[in-house]
Amino acid sequence: MQFNEPATANPIDRQRVVGKPLSRIDGPLKTTGRAPYAYERHDVVANQAYGAIVPATVATGRITRIDTAEAEAAPGVLAVVHHSNAGKLGKAKAITARLLAGPEVEHYHQAVAVVVAETFEQARAAAALVRVEYARGTGAFDLEKEKGKAVKPGRSADTAVGDFEGAFASAPVKIDATYTTPDQAHSAMEPMATIAAWDGDMLNVWTSNQMIDWARRDIAETLLIPKEKIRVQSPYIGGGFGSKLWIRADLVLAALGAKAAGRPVKVALPRPVMVNNTTHRPATIQRIRIGADRAGKIGAIAHEVWSGDLPGGGPETAANQTRLLYAGANRMTAHRLATLHLPEGNAMRAPGEAVGLLALEVAMDELAEKLGMDPIELRILNDTQVDPEKPERPFSKRQLVECLRIGAERFGWNARKAKPGQVRDGRWLVGYGMASAFRDNLAMDSGARVGIDAKGKVTVATDMTDIGTGTYTIVAQTAAEMMGVDVDDVIVLLGDSSFPVSAGSGGQWGANSSTAGVYAACLKLREAVARKAGFDPATAEFADGFVGQGNKRVRLSEVAGREGLSAEDTIKFGDLTKRYAQATFGGHFAEVGVDAVTGEVRIRRMSGAFAAGRILNPKSARSQVIGAMVMGAGAALMEELVVDPRFGYFVNHDLAEYHVPVHADIPVQDVFFLDETDDKSSPMKAKGVGELGICGVGAAVANAIYNACGVRVREYPITLDKIIGKLPPVTAA
Amino acid sequence: MKAFTYERAATPAEAAAAAARTPGAKFIAGGTNLLDLMKLEIETPRHLIDVNRIGLDKVEDTPDGGLRIGALVRNTDLAAHPRVRRDYAVLTRALVSGASGQLRNKATTGGNLLQRVRCPYFYDTAKPCNKRKPGSGCAAIGGFNRGLAVLGTSEACIAQHPSDMAVAMRVLDAMVETVKPDGATRTIPIADFHKLPGTTPHIENALEAGELITAVTLPAPVTGTHVYRKVRDRSSYAFALVSVAAIVPSDGRARVALGGVGTKPWRVESAEAGDDAGMGKRILAGAKPTTQNAFKLPLAERTLTAVLADARS
Repeated sequence: MQFNEPATANPIDRQRVVGKPLSRIDGPLKTTGRAPYAYERHDVVANQAYGAIVPATVATGRITRIDTAEAEAAPGVLAVVHHSNAGKLGKAKAITARLLAGPEVEHYHQAVAVVVAETFEQARAAAALVRVEYARGTGAFDLEKEKGKAVKPGRSADTAVGDFEGAFASAPVKIDATYTTPDQAHSAMEPMATIAAWDGDMLNVWTSNQMIDWARRDIAETLLIPKEKIRVQSPYIGGGFGSKLWIRADLVLAALGAKAAGRPVKVALPRPVMVNNTTHRPATIQRIRIGADRAGKIGAIAHEVWSGDLPGGGPETAANQTRLLYAGANRMTAHRLATLHLPEGNAMRAPGEAVGLLALEVAMDELAEKLGMDPIELRILNDTQVDPEKPERPFSKRQLVECLRIGAERFGWNARKAKPGQVRDGRWLVGYGMASAFRDNLAMDSGARVGIDAKGKVTVATDMTDIGTGTYTIVAQTAAEMMGVDVDDVIVLLGDSSFPVSAGSGGQWGANSSTAGVYAACLKLREAVARKAGFDPATAEFADGFVGQGNKRVRLSEVAGREGLSAEDTIKFGDLTKRYAQATFGGHFAEVGVDAVTGEVRIRRMSGAFAAGRILNPKSARSQVIGAMVMGAGAALMEELVVDPRFGYFVNHDLAEYHVPVHADIPVQDVFFLDETDDKSSPMKAKGVGELGICGVGAAVANAIYNACGVRVREYPITLDKIIGKLPPVTAA
Repeated sequence: MKAFTYERAATPAEAAAAAARTPGAKFIAGGTNLLDLMKLEIETPRHLIDVNRIGLDKVEDTPDGGLRIGALVRNTDLAAHPRVRRDYAVLTRALVSGASGQLRNKATTGGNLLQRVRCPYFYDTAKPCNKRKPGSGCAAIGGFNRGLAVLGTSEACIAQHPSDMAVAMRVLDAMVETVKPDGATRTIPIADFHKLPGTTPHIENALEAGELITAVTLPAPVTGTHVYRKVRDRSSYAFALVSVAAIVPSDGRARVALGGVGTKPWRVESAEAGDDAGMGKRILAGAKPTTQNAFKLPLAERTLTAVLADARS
């Protein structure tokens, strides 16, 4: 079905099942360990051997020699595969660095070989016996140093409207500040893992991947085999955050290892290798200039971003939200990309906005202070209901102001002291901060097949994934709503390339797009059911397990009969995202304590109000938002991949050294969703929430730190060493 | 991980004898550190002697009013022991600030004293590290060393001692009891137990080959406010940037040891005489910070001053 015009009234509007805070239908499987993750699929194919990867220990250079003799002679070893015996491989266009190195090494911990053995322990021990010699190359690893050589990466890198420079120069109140964000790691709980098995020329993989059809495409391009000869299954995923949008070395090496060993092979990436072997969110340097009149009206706004990536890679699009968030007649944004020989930079939860707002929303706080204005009022004054770069393009639905006002009310913002350092609670200096939340709403075509059987059970099959987000549940709710059955009567099958191609999970498009695909397939099924039952498809009603018209009704199970009925369709999105700016909005609020002695920062409260179209399931949506708020807290306070430019790698490459928040770091979180539907987004009238929660939260924390202690830190993460030097002295008793 | 053989010892003497008998052997107790290091091939013992069932899991009163803690007493049990909570609160506070509940359930008193450093270069076998591979160099000097030591460092090693428990033990003047393979026993003051890196950073303590810790004894309790203040980058499950273990009487001389700053638990008894305001500077005298970890000096000084002021107020 084409979605070219705004949605009108439809069965989803009944909200008998959709919009209810149902617990996740896969919850019992998860909590009892019966939802098998990729590495645990012991039952899917017999005789699985184990592969262990050998990662490169140089950042750039050439492999001059690989000595596998000792490894091959080690107990249990079945095969050792590396570039010289792997056969011809392609490089998937979507992936920047090759997944098997050799002879060139493109980044540190790029996979050099896989050792296959009878047991995991044997494979790992033998992997340590592979001797690799390198001719070490040189490389660039320091973004600050390479900034001057950065280039404009593509046509959409820059935008400009009006005369920014002129308007900024003449603005009576202005700020010009530079912010930095470090490289960050996705740190999903489940590592990348794959079991690969060849059946003749057919490759079966059980893996952990957010985008089943992309995975198939990328496997085909890498292994140079037809897409039709590949089946990918990934029904349960222990977190992705963008790190599993594309296949990684575990999959390619499992497939190559399985071919060499002549039996199925499983490979997982060990945690200390994941960080440098896979992708990360690239570091940024961001300069923001805003000029306003004395009343706070913005006349000039500019956001310039520098990031780096391997040759052929792309920029971190951190200026994108600045094109849309606030009004202002004169504006410019620019992205510049430097060549860095660090591991591949790529998407991580809310690529662009997550770090862009860490800069923009602190700049707004700084501007508000200069103006002597409440930071919420500054944002409200500069709200816009149209795309400020293209005023003829309205927002489909924009309730930023409502989010800010409601969020402020729920948080108790009016108790905030505008002057920093005024509130003390024992050892803690206490402050409040806020920031706007903004994330684009993306839509992706999505297909599904829906069937109904003689027992009245509805089965949905789609290659859509559930990366811990609640997809199983919202898909079941959608089908239950459309077919008029209980949610317990819906069976949801996901993550299998033998099912219709879906939107997949990424860019917070998954929930809205995939349920819209289920909606489309259900419309077709309703039509088939109605016709078979002798009703007019246009007016037949589906409720309580019956299809009916007027005072006649028939059980769906009866209509389905022994053969059952099934239908398949794909939602195809037209140009509504071009005609309308579509985005999700919110207001983040945080209360923090800064230890007056040590500078330790601890968050005391977090609160947010969000507008993201129809909330399909308030419970799973809230879980998405609180999880994202936690991730944003991590970005503000602790997450940082540290580059050692001498070796060209991220030094702190495990979870002991790369800090993410622990439970004790996260206080009460209040999440409020505005009652909203967006008829331009899809027939579901929903938008995404999975990334909205991370957007802006870190800036709210940073602003609260400033309000608490008067120290403005523009280099994330805000650790105590950046604060302590500016705290008042401590006196002895 | 390299393949290894395994045996379970029944008595401390048997364990020590087994260690003497088997080259490349290591004792294993809770395994919370050793197993991780073995998986990464930082430790590659050829033989493990399991000492979990040799007794030594009791906390007993000593005749002089102190406490004798068996080497196998788990961190959780030690922290919860009524006498430790009542008379040696600094130790309970230090223990519960370390690691996680799961790790503390496994980690032992003896093992905690022997835990190895957390320097990221020590943890990466592809990098130079004099502690892991004597003579290979120190990648931390000139590298990422924000968390590393400012005191007791050498040109061979700047890794900080990671233990919280040992810092409290240091302020309590604990004694480490051991048995050697020949059955001889000795007692090592905690101050002499951990070694400065000097030119031999791979030698971390006073134990001889095959020597096994059997107990840690604490002298009779010292009155005063017992404090363990751990400053860290997140609220839990992080190593100390700086920690202060202190026993502070309402007036008179405080005992103080610092964690997170030294290559061993850091106490300077002579610095404890004199005014509180200058104590931090006296303890930190001779510190050699790097650009990245220079903040530890004001951090330690401020934290110590605040701890003393709070305790005396």
